[in-house]
Amino acid sequence: MSHSLTAASSLPAEGWLRRAATLLYRKPNLYLSLLLVPPLLWFGAIYLGSLLTLLWQGFYTFDDFTMTVSPELTLANFAALFQPANFDIILRTVGMAVAVSIASAILAFPIAYYMARYTTGKTKAFFYIAVMMPMWASYIVKAYAWTLLLAKGGVAMWFVQVLHLQPLLEFLLGVPGVGGNTLSTSHLGRFLLFIYIWLPFMILPIQASLERLPPSLLQASADLGAHPAQTFWQVILPLSIPGIAAGSIFTFSLTLGDFIVPQLIGPPGYFIGSMVYAQQGAIGNMPMAAAFTLVPIVLIAVYLSIVKRLGAFDAL
Amino acid sequence: MTVAVQFTDVSRVFGEVKAVDRVSIDIQDGEFFSMLGPSGSGKTTCLRLIAGFEQPNAGSIRIHGVEAVGLAPYQRDVNTVFQDYALFPHMNVLENVAYGLKVKGVGKSERLARAEEALAMVALAGFGGRKPAAMSGGQRQRVALARALVNRPRVLLLDEPLGALDLKLREQMQSELKKLQRQLGITFIFVTHDQSEALSMSDRVAVFNKGRIEQVDTPRNLYMQPATPFVAEFVGTSNVLRDDLARQLSGSDNPFSIRPEHARLAGSEPLGSDEVEISGLLHDIQYQGASTRYEIRLANGQNFCVSQANNQWQLGDAPVQPGQQVTARWARAAMVSLRQEA
Repeated sequence: MSHSLTAASSLPAEGWLRRAATLLYRKPNLYLSLLLVPPLLWFGAIYLGSLLTLLWQGFYTFDDFTMTVSPELTLANFAALFQPANFDIILRTVGMAVAVSIASAILAFPIAYYMARYTTGKTKAFFYIAVMMPMWASYIVKAYAWTLLLAKGGVAMWFVQVLHLQPLLEFLLGVPGVGGNTLSTSHLGRFLLFIYIWLPFMILPIQASLERLPPSLLQASADLGAHPAQTFWQVILPLSIPGIAAGSIFTFSLTLGDFIVPQLIGPPGYFIGSMVYAQQGAIGNMPMAAAFTLVPIVLIAVYLSIVKRLGAFDAL
Repeated sequence: MTVAVQFTDVSRVFGEVKAVDRVSIDIQDGEFFSMLGPSGSGKTTCLRLIAGFEQPNAGSIRIHGVEAVGLAPYQRDVNTVFQDYALFPHMNVLENVAYGLKVKGVGKSERLARAEEALAMVALAGFGGRKPAAMSGGQRQRVALARALVNRPRVLLLDEPLGALDLKLREQMQSELKKLQRQLGITFIFVTHDQSEALSMSDRVAVFNKGRIEQVDTPRNLYMQPATPFVAEFVGTSNVLRDDLARQLSGSDNPFSIRPEHARLAGSEPLGSDEVEISGLLHDIQYQGASTRYEIRLANGQNFCVSQANNQWQLGDAPVQPGQQVTARWARAAMVSLRQEA
């Protein structure tokens, strides 16, 4: 005992740095909290704090006459969401978000499957770049480009003419809720642009979930007598649902919040995003904008709880 | 006896590598057949060829008389127990076991009853509601077995199924597998790199080396009468003496094998007329409990092993020390003449 004591005291005199290091080593909880507190503060104050402050403003009162906000608490803004004009905006946006998410998932799945199971090395790198490259270009430039593509006399129309598909296009544009006068002023055109813009956000999570699928599971399924279609429905699809869910959270929430695409392509009428933009930017009705902001948050929370209840995350 | 699986001149090439090189085997119906070899010797590829996960580049594979080349895995009456078990993580144990019946359209009540029965057969009755992730390695192994057996295949393929288990569990599973195979009378084709496992479980063993079969025989014959130097050295340990030494000791150009336990360290007694001996420097002594291993370095630099049973219950002095000149001696009849190496 006395040996170790003298040995310890005979160590060279410790500087404050070494003493601090020793203290942190002896108190791992202190060490952990020192590391965690700054990012948690950042996350809590900048992300959650500002979001909650924004939502809190949804309870403030906006005076239509003086165009001023007063901090008198009211539920009027949230009640106003259910007025027909506002509720239409919500339904229109949610309908589009659901349609875009489903179509993106259907389009993304084969690409993701091919990437995950059939490409290696350079081909895989090529696919990653090909999928992500559109995201490198400015979002506004791409959106404007599509206004030209879909315009009368644009590439899309030319293509339709070459393939003699005008009757089909006219039929589609005639369907209420889908069509419009022309491709660039139709819901269909807006839908195409949304899919184009958000597709990478769907491909990558599905690809990641398929990548984790061991090949032996597919072999086991075939070995037990399952035809390829049965293997797809019973094994591949259920195990890729976490990826589809993650991807659809992106496409769903990004569509809910978008305010540029609805202005450029498609028929007139607000989306949630453009409504928030108009309320806050043009009118200065921050409380109503805040109330609209709550809508996507609630919708995604509901969506996630449904997906969870369906057992999509059990295999994680 | 009918033939369950028949390979005729089967080859499978991956790029430049001949994974399976003109292999022909007849596996009898109802036999416990092992494919033994080091990794990369082609044994697993052969199993995958039977299951249908690989197609051969040449040759014919018949399963119960039916040509299987070109058939997909789901068109074959064989089932596989995978090395990693390959249990479906999103299904519970009962659903996993019932899967093969479900995809074949067996009604729900019947398939659940049969799945329960299969689980009982592997001593997992009542575990059906659990997820595979909540089971131990040994239990998952049994689930994989039940999932394959519930389909009542005529041939069961086992791809190193015991590799991930610890020694105790592995020995227990070995005897259970053997018992199950006898009970069911199904052909088991068992791939392993563990020679003692292959010897203790199998009716017959095929020894693979570099995509080719070196020997197919009963475990006893494989050990006592190895056909090639590879088999002699891979199955158990053996001293293979070649060239000049072989000529001098056996009078033949062929290499021969002598098992370490068939030789002994000679004392001062005279050499019998039916005996052969060789001298060298004692290099190392390894005490192994039931026996002691003596490693002797011969004049040509080769190591020669002698293993002597420690069947004296008293603790005597070690009679020899490393560095001493010693002589190993064995009965001429214990020598096994081997085929020339290719």
